[in-house]
Amino acid sequence: MNLQPNFYETGKRYFRDFTPGDDFYEALIETHRDLTDEQSALVNAKLILLLSNHIGDIHILREAMALARADIAPAT
Amino acid sequence: MGSYTYPKFTYKSVADLLTQPPQHMPLVIVGAGPVGLAAAIDARLKGLDVLLFDEDDSVSFGSRAVCYAKRTLEILDRLGVGQPLCEKGVSWNIGRTYVEEEEVYQFNLVPEAGHKRPGMINLQQYYLEEALVNRALELGVDVRWNCKAIGVTSQATQAMVDFDSPEGNFSVSADWVIVADGARSPIRQMLGLDIEGHIFKDRFLIADVVMKVDFPAERRLWFNPPFHPGQSVLLHKQADNVWRIDFQLGWDADPEEERKPEKVLPRLKTMFGNDTEFELEWVSIYTFQCRRMKEFRHQRLLFVGDAAHQVSPFGARGANSGLQDADGLMWKLDLVMRGLASESLLDTYHTERAYAADENILNSTRSTDFITPKSKTSRMFRDAALELARHHPFARKLVNSGRLSVPSFITDSPLNTVDVDSFAGAMVPGAPIDDAPMQCDGVTLWLIDSVGGSFQCLVFVDDLVQIDASTRQSLLALKDASIPIEPVVISKRAGVVQGIRVLVDVQGLFAKRYDAQSGSVWLVRPDQHIAARWRRFELQTVEQALRVAMGSSIVAA
Repeated sequence: MNLQPNFYETGKRYFRDFTPGDDFYEALIETHRDLTDEQSALVNAKLILLLSNHIGDIHILREAMALARADIAPAT
Repeated sequence: MGSYTYPKFTYKSVADLLTQPPQHMPLVIVGAGPVGLAAAIDARLKGLDVLLFDEDDSVSFGSRAVCYAKRTLEILDRLGVGQPLCEKGVSWNIGRTYVEEEEVYQFNLVPEAGHKRPGMINLQQYYLEEALVNRALELGVDVRWNCKAIGVTSQATQAMVDFDSPEGNFSVSADWVIVADGARSPIRQMLGLDIEGHIFKDRFLIADVVMKVDFPAERRLWFNPPFHPGQSVLLHKQADNVWRIDFQLGWDADPEEERKPEKVLPRLKTMFGNDTEFELEWVSIYTFQCRRMKEFRHQRLLFVGDAAHQVSPFGARGANSGLQDADGLMWKLDLVMRGLASESLLDTYHTERAYAADENILNSTRSTDFITPKSKTSRMFRDAALELARHHPFARKLVNSGRLSVPSFITDSPLNTVDVDSFAGAMVPGAPIDDAPMQCDGVTLWLIDSVGGSFQCLVFVDDLVQIDASTRQSLLALKDASIPIEPVVISKRAGVVQGIRVLVDVQGLFAKRYDAQSGSVWLVRPDQHIAARWRRFELQTVEQALRVAMGSSIVAA
């Protein structure tokens, strides 16, 4: 999977290399504005399902899931 | 404070101002902080008389602004104080971000050689102000200390400010008043003018600590370090071995408790070790907000610096943007005061600097949200980004520990001429000019010192023979434009063009940075921002671009 910086918006000119990532990150945080913690968790789950379907390739998705779970020690 | 002795400026009597009716001045500036002083110095360099008031008689007290960006240093050079400040200050380009003890991200503010000034220098604000006051006095700025503004009346053709002084109250009226009276801006408040934005619910402890340690002069920010678990810490080196440390405390911290030395010293010992000797010079607690006035111009009152806009400190965009405000304002105000432009030009001061303020607020807010997340979900995303940053490049770029002040690219300004020709690179209309090493008459110099102060038309040619007699005549005709434009020829090789200054692009960096091809032309404003550029010189096109750069405010002779 692509782990290099990859955020962009067609037609936008960036003068600083951090700006597209910052644009995305702000949009993500804004998505959760005024939500309760439970609502946010639900939104995040929906977002994962939406984006995963868009990506489609299950091989990539498994890779992403493994990277996401890496370094986390379960309770039991 | 051990490392610094505060000057006490000599009080100048205001007996000459205690008149009825009040004295009337062309230009008054309220507030002798960095921005008010910069505006005053610039006014004198342009030959304007200026009366500057400050409610105090010394420099900035305590630990405040620290980082001055390259663009600011270029402006300070033009004001005549850049060199001593750069010699006193600590220069740096590299910033490192740590999660716990592991470095996850690094930035370099000026990765390329061939620039006069570094990305940043660190210097205590009191040193900056001291140098600016001395320069202002040297240039004949009429400074009146210990005069506190207590009232203001705004009208269409003038403004009047009332002052309280050791010799009694008085008023002064002026054609123009620059309001540089800081974040709480008494004048803004007295006029009841809107300033909108939001306050962040967090507190930071700042400490100025004198110590001799072997750390390099780099900005360092830690997330969750062992010496301050669960919070962020920022470290900067200033002059005189004074280190500035910012400790995040959280909203629930008790400011009165936390600032006590017996609470601060253990934090420092944990951070630097028990064996390091240090002396605590200054402690304070701050909160921060991001906000700006709706309109920076109010009739004859022009708001600059913190009076007009405030940002959270991550990114050093406060003083730096204020100094750019003064730089962007003074050439316009000068033309209006000389009768060469109508007042409408000053509305473009608002347009351009509000745009810059919005960009600064946007970037400071994003950094603040990352460093001090406002909700559980936001914190979770922040922590996830930090986790991923240990291993993955994309996440490192998301780590926002401060997007440091860079010059405003005023790309949407109505004063720009939209490109009709194709150019690569960053020197777009609205961009401030990039520096490059040049030579003129065999003398090595910097482009940034050679252009600005008035309008200039830069023409690049591979060979000076390409400036034929007719082109030369047209270029010289620019000097007679409604606002004089100085032609400047830039070439790969030295030579003479009669009556026109020639700069040699000795390292080819101008050509590279500007995507210069033989025949390319740039119209540069007095504040060094590019107004227009073309692949071919055409006199009428340049004159039209000048009209646009002046906001159609040129007053017919």
